[in-house]
Amino acid sequence: MLAAESAGWFLEHAWLIPLIPGIAFVVIILFGKFEINGKRVLPLAGAEVGVASMVAGLVLAIGTAYQWIHHVRGVAEAEPVIKSWTWWQIRGVPFGLGEHIDGLAVMLLLLVTFISTLVQIYSLEYVRGDRRYTHFFAAITLFSAGMLTMVLAENMVQLILGWEIMGLCSFLLIGHWWEERANSEAALKAFLTVRVGDVGLMVGTAIMFGASGTFTISGLHAWANDPATSHTVLLWAAVALFIACIGKSGQFPLHTWLPDAMAGPTPVSSLLHSSTMVVAGVFLVARLYPVFHAGLMINVAGQHFNLIAVIGGITILIAAGLAFVQNDIKKVLAYSTVSQLGYMMMGLGVGAWVPAVFHIFTHAFFKCCLFLCAGSVAHTGSHHSFDMKKDMGGLARKMPITFVAWILSTAALCGVPFFSGFFSKDEIIDSAGHFHYGVFMIVGLIGAFMTTAYMTRATYLTFFGEPRGAAAHFVHGDHGHEPAHADAHDSHDAHDAHAEPVHAAPLSFAKTDSPGLIVVPLMILGFLAVVSGYLNAAPFKIHMFERWIESSIGLPIGEGGIPEPAAFEWVKALPSILLVLAGFLVSLALCKQVFGTAASRWKGLTKRNPVLGAGHRFLVNKYYLDDLYEKVIVYGIAHPIAAAAYWTNQHVLDGIVNAFGIGGRKTGEWVYKNIDQRLVDGVVNGSGTVARGAGGALQPVQSGKVSLYGALLFGSAAVGALVLVLVNS
Amino acid sequence: MLINEFLLLGAVLFCIGVYGVIARKNAVMVLMSIELILNSVNINLLAFSQLHNNLDGNVFALYIIAVAAAEVGVGLAMVLLIYRNRKSISLDELSEMKG
Amino acid sequence: MLAADLNVAQNVGFGIIAAFMIVSAVNVVRSSNVVHAALSLVAVMAGAAAQYLLLAAEFVAVTQVLVYIGAVMILFLFGVMLTRARVGKETDLNNKSWALGIPVALLMLGIMSYVLIKGFGDDHLEPATQVSTAALSDSIFKPFLLPFEALSFVLLAAVIGAIVLARKD
Repeated sequence: MLAAESAGWFLEHAWLIPLIPGIAFVVIILFGKFEINGKRVLPLAGAEVGVASMVAGLVLAIGTAYQWIHHVRGVAEAEPVIKSWTWWQIRGVPFGLGEHIDGLAVMLLLLVTFISTLVQIYSLEYVRGDRRYTHFFAAITLFSAGMLTMVLAENMVQLILGWEIMGLCSFLLIGHWWEERANSEAALKAFLTVRVGDVGLMVGTAIMFGASGTFTISGLHAWANDPATSHTVLLWAAVALFIACIGKSGQFPLHTWLPDAMAGPTPVSSLLHSSTMVVAGVFLVARLYPVFHAGLMINVAGQHFNLIAVIGGITILIAAGLAFVQNDIKKVLAYSTVSQLGYMMMGLGVGAWVPAVFHIFTHAFFKCCLFLCAGSVAHTGSHHSFDMKKDMGGLARKMPITFVAWILSTAALCGVPFFSGFFSKDEIIDSAGHFHYGVFMIVGLIGAFMTTAYMTRATYLTFFGEPRGAAAHFVHGDHGHEPAHADAHDSHDAHDAHAEPVHAAPLSFAKTDSPGLIVVPLMILGFLAVVSGYLNAAPFKIHMFERWIESSIGLPIGEGGIPEPAAFEWVKALPSILLVLAGFLVSLALCKQVFGTAASRWKGLTKRNPVLGAGHRFLVNKYYLDDLYEKVIVYGIAHPIAAAAYWTNQHVLDGIVNAFGIGGRKTGEWVYKNIDQRLVDGVVNGSGTVARGAGGALQPVQSGKVSLYGALLFGSAAVGALVLVLVNS
Repeated sequence: MLINEFLLLGAVLFCIGVYGVIARKNAVMVLMSIELILNSVNINLLAFSQLHNNLDGNVFALYIIAVAAAEVGVGLAMVLLIYRNRKSISLDELSEMKG
Repeated sequence: MLAADLNVAQNVGFGIIAAFMIVSAVNVVRSSNVVHAALSLVAVMAGAAAQYLLLAAEFVAVTQVLVYIGAVMILFLFGVMLTRARVGKETDLNNKSWALGIPVALLMLGIMSYVLIKGFGDDHLEPATQVSTAALSDSIFKPFLLPFEALSFVLLAAVIGAIVLARKD
């Protein structure tokens, strides 16, 4: 089929990967509820099409990855595989659709298809019986298609296309249960906040096109690397694009939409927060790294440093701080995602491109797993409640598989040695120090400490201690419709499993855990949360991942480009390991005191101590950023406009209307007195036939007769033409 | 030849057609008047096509002929339907739109 | 024959045909006999076809004869017969407000004549060069292919619509 020198069938046809879910979306929408003779054409209402399309994409992605590894083997600088078709053109400027396949794209293709497959399988059980089951799968499939389109975009226009598809689908998915007002408001907030950033994407693309005359990724790389390119233009382009990244990836100060986005179903949160939506911003930075690296490098007091790192560093700390005060398990994870995205941004900022991208890779697995665990807990253990303080606790024994998966992923997230997060996160922290970003290394270390602490808190609240609320009523097979099992939480025997005929004993994997469709993805992801780090384990001199993807940085490593990565030393990793340990111990001790059963003077401390109380309130109110946006900015802009409009309305318009009203009444009175009473009455009385004739003369205008309407039409056209002629001559 | 000869001929035919549309009561006659209007437009198109030495006008004239055929087909079908329902095709009696 | 002679001949031909067309057209809208009006319309169509020949658009002229005189007029005559119009004089072919048409039509004619004479003054047409049918078909099937396809759909829809409207249930 192909010539021998071609890069390989899968690499050449990677564009099929987004196309398949795209087609699947259309099929689901059109045929999801299609019935013939009262029987559904698709027995699962479209879900099977979505899953099948993701599996097909996954197979293609695996093939692509295999051939890419083959492609880069023994080549110092692997060339990306680029294909392009002209989509449309304006004045000779072509807008292409195509693929730009390099290590970064291959990695994300694999990641997105894999995570999407697992999430869709999980959703089969999780959203079963939902009122918009078909729409859910349609939107989530299109969502994956959008991300995949963006990942292999050959040019900026295609990238924007995928980016916007994702924005739309996130809106649909977050607002999936829009009957509740909070959910639809969260969807709107996500959409509008991201949209603020999208303006930056458009502007940045326009600036780059204006300066370089090209939309293609490879062309922009060459343009940014060209020493003749003006640094000012690069700076403005990078700033504009980075605003888009901040919005999409939930970086400070536009991170406020991310926790609210938890209003969507848990699988959506999982997909959004692991490998798709929020990674898009980081991906954009990684994709156009030459632009950002050169553009955002600023010189302060003789010290070169990169703005991306600043934003990333701030985000790490801010989000980690917020995670401490959340009671909703999903919100803890959401802030954790924001914080981890901060790590990625910081890594990209300091020049540690490979560790940052590797962190995208590992983070996807364990974060997806954590979200799915939270969903599993809510689905089975806590009556669809996500409140850790009210409805959880003591679930470790009852949901062993979920618990183990959670613990493995948490360890990976915290950066416990020999788990995947350790290899990626520690590389970023280490690189920060190595590349003379000393402050940011400390920020990273503090972040690691905080991560461990808040994850310990969440784990403690969810899985240990006394069962509270719904968790205390936990009976396997009872999905929360019969709260009368208060005393039965330790007797999960068979007859309870059949207590509820509607849910008719779902396929049970473990005796007490969630159904198999939920548990199996958890086990796969939990396993990967441990082992995925070994693709690039610096302590063991494994650099496979680095070799596969480093050609897509777009910058030379060493002189003139990004600096050489640091060699790994255990001594340098020691502080972070110790801090993780310290975070765990401190948090555990505090949790036992605060949330444990025994009376303790730590309890209610935030209520007694005014300083701590103020800090707590500050965090609970999210640093008052939402208030800033809503009350200060929106109010500050919208209120004067509204006030001005109101004033105009009250004084000017009402005045005019009132004046007309008064004038009209006066005229009416005058007409009544003088014309109606005296003249018309007189005339009518005097000559009834004249009045009838006058009425009859006006009536034909509304005769309903076609010919008369035609006459009016042509007549007015002629008069209009006459006016035009007179005006023009 | 002057182009205005053709254009003025078109204008005269157009206005006669307009008069017919307005004045006629019989629906078939109104359709005939519309045909007059369409033909005057065709003369204009072909005249301009000749003036600019460009074939586009010819193409459009052909399309207008085709559209006119379709229009007459549908129009007469409607007239037949009206006739069947009301036993009359006088447009004066079709005044349901009366305000 | 010299170009000038040709020009004169064309002008004379145009004048005769144009006068014939205008008289026929007036007859279409004045006649009190439906069948006469239809036959006058045939005369206008034929005159238009002749004018197309003068404008060197022979293919359009032939199509005009085929489609209008051949098909559309037959449709009209059928329409006249099926709606049982009397073959003969009818007194009430015009509606009550027919007089309104005269000022409207005259106003439009005045404006159009003014604009045309002002706008095109004495622009001369090039001596007619024959339009080759091959070039015309190239034009239809290359740049105007999409409208052509759309048009075929319009025709199809019209055929179906006419059947649906006119059939007796």
